[in-house]
Amino acid sequence: MFPFRIPIKDWISDAVDFLVSELGVIFDGISAFVYFLVDNLKDGMLALHPIILILLIAALTWYMAGWKISIFAALGLLLAENIGLWQAFVETLSLVLTAEILVMVIGLPLGIYAAKSDRFNSIIRPVLDFMQTMPAFVYLIPAVMFFGLGLVPGVVATFVFALPPLIRLTNLGIRQVPKELTEAADAFGATNMQKLFKVQIPVAKPTIMAGVNQSIMLGLSMVVIAAMIGAGGLGADVLRGIQRLQVGQGFEAGLVVVILAIILDRITAGFGQRKSQPE
Amino acid sequence: MEEKIVIKNLAKIFGNNPSKALKALKEGLSKEKILKELKQIVGVHDVSFTVRKKEIFVLMGLSGSGKSTLQRLINRLHEPTTGEIIINGTDITKLDNNELREFRRKNFCGMVFQNFAILPHRTVLGNVEFGLELQGVSKEERQKKAMEIIKQVGLDGNENSYPSQLSGGMQQRVGLARGLTVDADIMLMDEAFSALDPLIRRQMQDELLELQDKMQKTIIFVTHDLDEAFRLGDRIAIMKDGRIVQIGTAEDIISKPADDYVKAFVEDMDRSAVLTAGTIMQPVKETAFINDGPRTILRKIRKNALTGIIMTDTKKTIKGYIIAKELVEYINKHKEKENIPFDDSLLHDVTKVDSEMPLNEVINIYSDNRYGPLAVTNKQNKLLGVIVKGSVITALSEDFEPENS
Repeated sequence: MFPFRIPIKDWISDAVDFLVSELGVIFDGISAFVYFLVDNLKDGMLALHPIILILLIAALTWYMAGWKISIFAALGLLLAENIGLWQAFVETLSLVLTAEILVMVIGLPLGIYAAKSDRFNSIIRPVLDFMQTMPAFVYLIPAVMFFGLGLVPGVVATFVFALPPLIRLTNLGIRQVPKELTEAADAFGATNMQKLFKVQIPVAKPTIMAGVNQSIMLGLSMVVIAAMIGAGGLGADVLRGIQRLQVGQGFEAGLVVVILAIILDRITAGFGQRKSQPE
Repeated sequence: MEEKIVIKNLAKIFGNNPSKALKALKEGLSKEKILKELKQIVGVHDVSFTVRKKEIFVLMGLSGSGKSTLQRLINRLHEPTTGEIIINGTDITKLDNNELREFRRKNFCGMVFQNFAILPHRTVLGNVEFGLELQGVSKEERQKKAMEIIKQVGLDGNENSYPSQLSGGMQQRVGLARGLTVDADIMLMDEAFSALDPLIRRQMQDELLELQDKMQKTIIFVTHDLDEAFRLGDRIAIMKDGRIVQIGTAEDIISKPADDYVKAFVEDMDRSAVLTAGTIMQPVKETAFINDGPRTILRKIRKNALTGIIMTDTKKTIKGYIIAKELVEYINKHKEKENIPFDDSLLHDVTKVDSEMPLNEVINIYSDNRYGPLAVTNKQNKLLGVIVKGSVITALSEDFEPENS
């Protein structure tokens, strides 16, 4: 139909090549920083005796979500240890936590800014749509080109996938703060910062925490995909199980992913509800 | 009385071309036409008024009349399109953002909202200290002040509760307390009691009046409820289509409505709560004097076709009431005498009412009254006028216009 073809693939390839060759230093820097975070987190947790880490997680779960979930967490983690998946569990946990920390550090300010500026919001929306719907495998390859194999590109891929819900829900939460509340703050002579930190963020907190929760869940769903580029952890066990048709082994690793997901979900859900609904 | 807030030629147009809309308004185009043809929304225009120190000034109108917009212009939550807003001598339309913030902190007790607008994540104490916290007052000091106010509005014991644990009335007390804690004297209240059920609402109105007696703030109160406006307002501004159609006391408005719109508005009003004995009384046609003989008095009665007459001294102090029938009997009994002396037994007690007494109380007294009219007196006990059966009924009907206006 057309006498020519729009060379999107060439553009993208050229752009990636350009970035890799010209901005390699920056990517190396990011890579080193992320590696530092995720590796220290992993080593720190592995340095503890499994029982101690299990007790710590159970205590946090108790505090945030009550004793029932806490018992579930303790039993689930003991099971992971029992079936020899403790190291994989810790690797996955540190990958997800590192990605989530980065998501929060970058996503919260962007979400707040999107709530304040309609212009920025209209720019960032299609970008977020793109990040969420573009098949993850497509950006695994550039991630590897930028950051090599291993945990770091895993963290980055997880980060890209988990960032949108936090930005979206932070934006939504702040926009949904009743107009009268911000008017009240203005009427009392609040500065913009006071209004943000004393009114908008606290009132939007349940919605923002729902965003944190959603992004952690999405991050966990990337675990297996990240394992394809050598991120290790539980994903690697699932992958190995699939590749060797060892259904049982794959199931075990999958089960531990589910246990981790439930614990993280209940903890972050608890964050959103505390204080705003006393009793 | 001192002027607290002076508003001059204030207008607020929502839209991208306010000057065009203002020009159209000057040419006499209606608000609807401007919306349709120019796509500009006229919030408020051609508004000038003065709020006096320590009064409760009510902005009253139906939804869309611009009353809330006008209130938000006064603390510049809305930016005025044109006009001046002079508060304590400062034209606040000329302040920059920092000056405006300082001005709000010093002069406004924040704002009290229909849906309370208190912070759900803070306790009662945390909410009440909010204004002082913004100003950087130390924790100890602001909590001390907040606790004082919490006691005054009857919230003590609840200071550590969260808003979701409180009833609507209690939540609005928090809103009120939050405003009162700030050391400022202009209070803006936007439909503050409209979300409360009628009994609580009434109670809150009483409490506000009581607090106002002590606190002496200048209050601008927005409401769509005429009863509330008349109960609270020292003066009331009635708004329609972004303009003020009438400003006056409750009595002014109900007895001398400025136009048909206001008239239609006040028709549904419980007139008996607003009108006073002074407004509905009729002038005394004639009184008997102490020196009048019975025949002279009877002539006065007959001339005016009365059933009785009030006797006063020359200073208009009331002596008593003479019933025509008894007077005729008395004269008949002493028919043969040329000069019949007046007998004090003919004098009956007169029920007196103060001219400030509201009509609903007058009605109660009237129904207990056995004979004659009610005498309306001033504070010095002088006769000003009378209330007869007819005057009460006419006053309650819609077409009433006071004769002595």
